[in-house]
Amino acid sequence: MKAKVYVTLKPSVLDPQGKAIQHSVEQLGFGGIEDIRQGKYFEIALDESVSDGDARAAAERMAREVLSNPVIEDFRVEVER
Amino acid sequence: MKFGVIIFPGSNCDHDAYHVISKHVGQPVSFVWHKETDLSAYDAVILPGGFSYGDYLRAGALARFSPVMRSVKEFAARGGLVLGICNGFQILCEAGLLPGALMRNRDLHFRCEHVRVRVESVDTPFTNELSRGDLLSLPIAHAEGNYTCDDATLAEMQREDRIIFRYCDAAGDVTDESNPNGSRDSVAGVCNRARNVMGFAAISPRKCLSVAARASERSRPPLPNS
Repeated sequence: MKAKVYVTLKPSVLDPQGKAIQHSVEQLGFGGIEDIRQGKYFEIALDESVSDGDARAAAERMAREVLSNPVIEDFRVEVER
Repeated sequence: MKFGVIIFPGSNCDHDAYHVISKHVGQPVSFVWHKETDLSAYDAVILPGGFSYGDYLRAGALARFSPVMRSVKEFAARGGLVLGICNGFQILCEAGLLPGALMRNRDLHFRCEHVRVRVESVDTPFTNELSRGDLLSLPIAHAEGNYTCDDATLAEMQREDRIIFRYCDAAGDVTDESNPNGSRDSVAGVCNRARNVMGFAAISPRKCLSVAARASERSRPPLPNS
């Protein structure tokens, strides 16, 4: 099974990388883009015997303590069998 | 006064710090490999600049889990002096020994240049031989030097005189143009509430460490194990 963790900058934090990406995308000819925010994505492969609840709890702890910095980032966890 | 310079995999200013302490400050100094856990021989530890763990995940994020960091936390709690320079500042923030975080520079560039910083507080063992308002010209070399923290933390640090250095221009004025990386409130260095842990975004062991050593001779907080 897989736990997926999405780490994104808090809305209050400026994202210069996102701005640079937006600029490049616009150079490609895309219009109507209001904003691009970038982040990080982690796929954590877990033993099939782990319950969904335990997998979610483990991934949330990993996300909180390692994968994200709570000063500047938020995270979201999905569990998939 | 005995100094320890911690070496993480990827530290690259460790020898600079060692050299400055031994040759210019004239104090005993040893390297401390990141897997060591006994800091009882030291009065001050330095987390040097570099790219610990390749800056993987976030700058300083993985060094926080090195065995020595648990000891650094205990050392700091006992009043030992802890100085984080550049990557060391990032590690101290990630480890929760200092508030805030260091993000990508606002212009996304790796900035390697001399900047001016203004001394904002001399009420630390690292800066008490300086005068408030002194201007220092120091090198920076970082891509993640953009200091940020929330409003409450910034207000608290301002109230408690814990912003130690700010980026400024040649006249000593703190302006947006003289802020090389977008740091909030032009912050270049901060200390903890107990004032024995300081992080500094510039990487000049030669200047800032000799200041630290001389200063700490004068006003030493309680030593570890004492």
